[in-house]
Amino acid sequence: MRFLNIIKVALRALRRSAMRSVLTALGIIIGVAAVIAMVSIGNGAKSQVEASIASLGQNIISVFPGSNNSGGMRGGWGSASSLTVEDALAIRQEISGIVALSPEMSDRSQILANGLNWNSSIRGEDTAYLDIRLWPIAEGEMFSEADVRSATKVCVIGKTVATQLFPDSDPVGQNLRIRNIPFRVLGVLSNKGFNFFGQDQDDVVVIPYTSHLKRIARRPNLNSILIQAQSPEIMARIQQDVTDLLQQRRSGREPDFTVRNQQELAEAATATTKTMTVLLGAIAGVSLIVGGIGIMNIMLVSVTERTREIGIRLAVGAHGRDVLTQFLIEAIILSSMGGALGVLLGVGSSQLISRLNGWPVLVSTSAIVGAVAFSAAIGVFFGFYPARKAAQLDPIEALRYE
Amino acid sequence: MAVGSEFRMTDVVQLEEIHKVYDSGEVPVHAVRGVTLTIRGGEFVAIMGASGSGKSTLMNLLGCLDRPTKGRYLLGGTDVSGLDRNALADLRNQKLGFVFQGFNLLSRTTARENVELPMLYGRRHFSSKEIHDRALRSLDIVGLTARADHFPSQLSGGQQQRVAIARALINEPQILLADEPTGNLDSKTSVEIMGVFQKLNDQGITIVMVTHELDIARYCRRNLIMRDGRLVSDVQVADRLTATTEMQRILAAESEAKLTA
Ligand SMILES: Nc1ncnc2c1ncn2[C@@H]1O[C@H](COP(=O)(O)OP(=O)(O)OP(=O)(O)O)[C@@H](O)[C@H]1O
Ligand SMILES: [Mg+2]
Repeated sequence: MRFLNIIKVALRALRRSAMRSVLTALGIIIGVAAVIAMVSIGNGAKSQVEASIASLGQNIISVFPGSNNSGGMRGGWGSASSLTVEDALAIRQEISGIVALSPEMSDRSQILANGLNWNSSIRGEDTAYLDIRLWPIAEGEMFSEADVRSATKVCVIGKTVATQLFPDSDPVGQNLRIRNIPFRVLGVLSNKGFNFFGQDQDDVVVIPYTSHLKRIARRPNLNSILIQAQSPEIMARIQQDVTDLLQQRRSGREPDFTVRNQQELAEAATATTKTMTVLLGAIAGVSLIVGGIGIMNIMLVSVTERTREIGIRLAVGAHGRDVLTQFLIEAIILSSMGGALGVLLGVGSSQLISRLNGWPVLVSTSAIVGAVAFSAAIGVFFGFYPARKAAQLDPIEALRYE
Repeated sequence: MAVGSEFRMTDVVQLEEIHKVYDSGEVPVHAVRGVTLTIRGGEFVAIMGASGSGKSTLMNLLGCLDRPTKGRYLLGGTDVSGLDRNALADLRNQKLGFVFQGFNLLSRTTARENVELPMLYGRRHFSSKEIHDRALRSLDIVGLTARADHFPSQLSGGQQQRVAIARALINEPQILLADEPTGNLDSKTSVEIMGVFQKLNDQGITIVMVTHELDIARYCRRNLIMRDGRLVSDVQVADRLTATTEMQRILAAESEAKLTA
């Protein structure tokens, strides 16, 4: 039972050079903790962006009016006013695979109620809008198809508008005035928070698009058309069909509309967080490497001392394998203890950062496994490799090593 | 202590035309140049010679710590040059006890743990208590039980040397090889150590030691002298000293000095 003795020897050796053991473990602890904390923060940010994109709704395609090119002045998207309600209805009727569709109007206006006033976004939408945006009503109800058909003066309002205009009363059933036209509040939307452009999505009044066209904007054209496809696979096809249909309806005129899908939007947004994750990952990688170099340093500095130790052990009858086993056990003990403490510290500090800053953090298993494996590999390699060389020497050579 | 009876009347050590050349440096050093030597079981040999004459080199070869460049070495009848590293390690562990000129103790490790070291690599398994007890017994032989829990850095040179001797003795070797075991000791402690060696030798252990001091060599049975890597003299000690009587003389002289003072 020589193995038991070797374990005892390894434990003694670790205790004997407590400082070296602690420093080695520290290299591993810091590397592992840094990687876990950084990756957790990056992942948290990524998941937040993903969530806010998902909150836009699923499989969304939007149609915007094309840019208005008059006399060499290019107005940008939405500046032409070419999308009509008829376009929207044609899309709904003629293209298959569409779950829901909402012709959209949007504007900003001062709103009055209760003797208070507030400037907010006024959106004209169809009844399907809330389903498409996955946005439940918190209180009251959404306006109906009939309201849309007859352009009724009703609305549902976001949480921000509710708190600004009806601070101490229930808004449902009350009236508010947009451009001096009274609208009855049918419902209050649930909280949606900020989108990734930093806009408060709850600062909104949603009215039937017909009412918006007729009473607020007083023009015949839509700001956009919101389309929800049945599945992600058919989005490209629908995008093409919509383009073809609108093109056909314009019979040969310059295309004056743009069809975009949510994917493009999502890609732009995730590109930003990807950059951030890469940056954080790079910082973490640097600390991992610095930790690794620390471990390497300590191991290499102690080579002389350890080579003499190996010489002594060989001289009194240790086999090369006994010495290697001892060093392997030492390295494994150090790496696993350092790794475990590093994981604790990393997870703990990400939780702390999340508490202090209110950032979302998402601890990733692959980061934990990767960081621990990397620093353990460094610890074992640099602890083991010089030992392997020394254990192959004749005892007298190892004793003479300088 | 085990009696090396099977070796007693046989040739324990046979060196035939042993050479050792160090060629690590710029110029190869021919440290041992053709030593032929037979040591029989139960002998007590002192090797003397000027500094640099190759004594330590020869001891390292005898202790199977180093391999000869040329020549044959039979240890207890087996040709050592044919053995692999592990077999040599087992020989060092079981049959040989080695005391280095520079002690070679593990630093930051207590005297007792240093002494225990060879037992950890033995073929037999011992309980922690057995190992502990035997280490203390071994330390007792060299009179150092009181310092068992001290680190080498807390011990004097002579005390470190005695720890090294205790370590060499713990596995009850048949041959004890000691490179200047009294080099750092005062004359009284030297006599004590020679007393220990003589007692071990009387129990049948073969001892080969290096010394610079002529009067220490007179405690041995046989004196060899080396010069420039060769054996130039090989004599049996005629007027051998006994440590017990010498010790009585020293004690008597001490008390006399106290009386007259
Ligand atoms: N590792 C080595 N490499 C090169 N030369 C060496 C080595 N070890 C010893 N020598 C040389 O070999 C010769 C014999 O050295 P050795 O240590 O055997 O002498 P020694 O008789 O023990 O001397 P001392 O009484 O001073 O201990 C010396 O000239 C020494 O310089
Ligand atoms: Mg010497």
